[in-house]
Parts: sequence; C-alpha cells; structure tokens
Amino acid sequence: MADTLRPDLAVIAAQVPQGARVLDVGCGDGALMAALRDGKGVDARGIEIDPELVERCVARGLSVVQGDADRDLTFYPDGAFDVAILSQTLQTAARPDHMMRELLRVGRRAFVSFPNFAYWRMRWALVSKGRMPVTRHLPVSWYETENIHHVTVKDFELLSRDLGVRIENRWFFTDEREIGGSGANWRAEYALFEVSGG
Amino acid sequence: MSNPHQAFVLPEPLPLDSGQALSGVEIAYETYGELAADRSNAILVCHALTGDQYVASTHPVTGKPGWWERMVGPDKPIDTDRYHVICANVIGSCMGSTGPASIAPDGQPYGMRFPVITVRDMVRGLVALLDGLGIARLHAVVGGSMGGMQALSLAANWPDRAARVLAIATTARHSAQNIAFHEVGRQAIMADPNWQGGDYYGGNAAPDAGLSVARMAAHITYLSEEGLTEKFGRRLQARKDGTPGAKTFGFDADFQVESYLRYQGSGFVQRFDANSYLYITRAMDYFDIAEEHGGKLADAFAGTTARFCLVSFDSDWLYPTAESRHVVHALNAAGAPVSFVELSAPFGHDSFLLDVPALDRVVKGFLDG
Repeated sequence: MADTLRPDLAVIAAQVPQGARVLDVGCGDGALMAALRDGKGVDARGIEIDPELVERCVARGLSVVQGDADRDLTFYPDGAFDVAILSQTLQTAARPDHMMRELLRVGRRAFVSFPNFAYWRMRWALVSKGRMPVTRHLPVSWYETENIHHVTVKDFELLSRDLGVRIENRWFFTDEREIGGSGANWRAEYALFEVSGG
Repeated sequence: MSNPHQAFVLPEPLPLDSGQALSGVEIAYETYGELAADRSNAILVCHALTGDQYVASTHPVTGKPGWWERMVGPDKPIDTDRYHVICANVIGSCMGSTGPASIAPDGQPYGMRFPVITVRDMVRGLVALLDGLGIARLHAVVGGSMGGMQALSLAANWPDRAARVLAIATTARHSAQNIAFHEVGRQAIMADPNWQGGDYYGGNAAPDAGLSVARMAAHITYLSEEGLTEKFGRRLQARKDGTPGAKTFGFDADFQVESYLRYQGSGFVQRFDANSYLYITRAMDYFDIAEEHGGKLADAFAGTTARFCLVSFDSDWLYPTAESRHVVHALNAAGAPVSFVELSAPFGHDSFLLDVPALDRVVKGFLDG
C-alpha cells in the first residue's frame, strides 16, 4: 500500500509510530490514512473539504469529517492526537501561522509538507516570463488557485522560529524523488517538515 | 383485540422520562434477512415521525412499497443478504405499537390519558425489544430525521448497544423553528371539532381535517423551495373532466401545489392517528440530548464505543447542516471516531428518502467498512 503513496506521504507513513492517534488535515481520498490504518494499526481521523473525497474516504471505512481546516480544528481538544498531518495544504490556509499553532495544539507532533515557491524553475519562470509560474506541482493559474499563501523553504523555517516551533526533521523532493538538503530552497520542488511544540 | 401486526410484548413495565411507567407495552416490528449465528449482523433501522416498521415491505394499509425500499433489501446499500435488519414502530405511534389509540387497562382507549413520551422513551422501548430478540450489540443503528434522533439517543444512553451509528438529516435538539412548525400542526388537530379532547375513537368521525392540515404544513418543511418551484411552479391544476386549469376566482385547488398538498393530507389521514401525531411531535420537541446530559453535548457521548457517521443535505432547512456539524463537533470533543458529509441534493429534508446516489454510497461504505 505505502509504495503507491506520493513520496512525502510515504515518508510520513514510515515515520508515524505504530498504533499512534493521527489527524490528517486535508486528507484527500484517504490514501495515507488507509495505509497507516492497514500497515501500522493507526487510529486515523481526517478532515477534508471536498464532499466527493469525503465520500470515498467513508467508503474505505475511514473516519473523515467534511470541513474547513481553517475553522474546524478548533473543535478538537488539546493533545487529542499523537501526530497531526498537513500535507500540501498549508499554502491554502487563510492564516498559515494560526493553522500551525492549531496543529501543534491538537497534535504533539506535526508533519507539514508544501510546494516550495523558491524552487529554481519557479524563480526562472517568474524572472524569464514575468508571470506567476504554472508547474506540475502548482498547475493552476494565479486567479483560480487555492494556493493563496505561497511559501518557500526559508519562509517556513522563519515562521517556525517566530512561532517557537522546533523543527525535528526535514525532507526535500524534486521530480517525485527525495533529494539532499543542501541548497534545498533552490533545488526542492516541495518540502516536508516534522515539527513539535518546542 | 389481537394485534394484526407482528409484535413483541415487553415483559416488564416500561419506565418513562415523565416518571410514569407503561405496562403491557407492545412493540410491533418487522425483520429482513437472516440473523447470523453469533447475532453480530443486526442493523436497527429507526423510522421518522410518521414512518413505521414496514421499511422494506408493502404497507398493509396503503398497499404502497416500504418507505425505504431503495435503501434496504437484497443488494441494496443496507444489504439484507448480509445483514439482519430490524425495524420497529415506536411507542406512541399507531401501527401496532402501544400508543394513544391502544386500549388502556380499563378497557377504553388511552386517548389523551396516554403519558407524554420522549425520544429516549421510544429508544428505551426499542432496546427492550432488542433484549427480547437476544441482540446485545447491533452492527449498526441507522435513521433519518426522527430516526436519526433515536440513533443518537441510543448512542448517548446505551453506549454499548451499537458498533456503528448512522444519523441522517437530523439534529441533537429541536430548534425554536422546529417546535413552532409542530405547534401549528398540533393546534390544527386540536381545533378540529371532531378531536373532542382526543376522545374520538368510539365515534364515527375523527379529526381528519385537522390532521390533514397538520400534514400539509409539515410536508412543506420536508421539501425545498427549489424543489417545489421545479415540481409545481405557478402551474394550474387541470380539472377532473379534463378541462385545462384556470383561476376560478374561488377557493378550489387552482394551483397544482395546492392540489398536491391536499392529496398528501387526505392520504395521510387514512394511515395515521391524530393523537399519535400530537404525542410524537411532542416527543420530538422535548428532544435535546445535551440537556439530558448536564447541558454539554460532548458529555452525552463521553462513554460511547461506536463509530459515527452523520449526513446532511444542502437543501434541508428543517434540520440544516449546522445541526449535524454541532453533533460532529461534540463527537470530536468526545474523541469519538466520526465521519460527516454534507451531500448536495435538491429535495430538501426528504432527500434522505429519495434518489441520492451519493447517500447510497456513503451508507454502504460506512456499514460495510
């Protein structure tokens, strides 16, 4: 199961401890939740905004609530989860800083992945064409994208520092493969961070 | 008088929230599909305000198909090749379970001497039936509208009796608007001179006009404005002799929507008892699970062992999505595993009974998962 996951999700699946309580915020069709449940006996819960994706999760026997992460995280008690996951969703939040705080309120640790807007192809597209880049990972024009808060690896590290959040681990990916960390803000198409309340 | 419906007689008096107790209570029920040897595959389907136990079999009075045949049956989302489905008439109703039309110990119909009951009392009766049938833990309890209230009440008050709770188009409490609509219906019944303080069973006239108006008013709340407009618009009703519809400058049912509502009202009185309507609407109005549990809804579900699934419909203004979300948030706070989805359907509150393929998929996925 886990080998069909997107690379960042596969890393998360490998990192989550056996039997953990997990909240997947923006869980999509539930692929990661199902892998965690089946492979690691994880008690997984999800939040997803798209009703058709929620329906698919329910059909897989997963517990997923249709809702808006900006609004609905507040209804979960403090420390309800061992791990909170926010994959490729931070950049869609109304207030990414608030969402980070909420993640680490409901979860003791969090995995956060996001497309890196400082990836060199993005920079090049902006410099050479003078237009907002449209790429495989950010495939939609600026006026219709859900990604309203573009973020870079460096931005995320600074936000973590400002919030007093400790970065436990980081992984970088390009062309659907994990790459090393050097020059990541140039070289990484997207990034995954493991953070804790510090 | 023997009960024409299959019924279970409770061996003990049924205690009620009012402090009274009812003895000799009968619960009429139907079952579909085989019960597994280990009794683990039972699903209790709870019916709505005017529903009954004939969920997937022909109604003995109207001759119409069961009220949820699209959902319950072989190869249906609630698959009777796989599950043993139990559906029982709630107490207070009139299809074979003890209600105001039943004969009291003094040999006369209860009428308004029937005690006021609550949704929890209905569920207490259902749990007593499950005890009688030897079913300790349900695979699932399922219901829409008042059926969903019963499903939630069972989860809150008998937390070990169901492994899954599926509550559709429902709420954890009746709102002021819900109570207001019910009060209109009750006043229509009680304003009918044939009602006679509820003591009409011996005579030859029942408060049909009042009950019919109650049903008409309620029926509007089950539909959406969009649905009504699409179905009827301002179209005029053709006459019985085939002449096209016209404004009569009188008070006949000129508009198709008027004709439809009158038809709904007159059909309803053939199969439903006016006093039952009073008692069941009262029970729904009293419904507030949080109030039963110290004022905090999350506390009601603190001891639950079930997985939950709630479904709302975007066109349902009777029990709108916000009510389901309120329950979901309480379940989140209680740490209970819960799924929730708002489905898009044009039919208003009645969407749970109608052709909404996404609902079929959610129901099947949740029950089989």
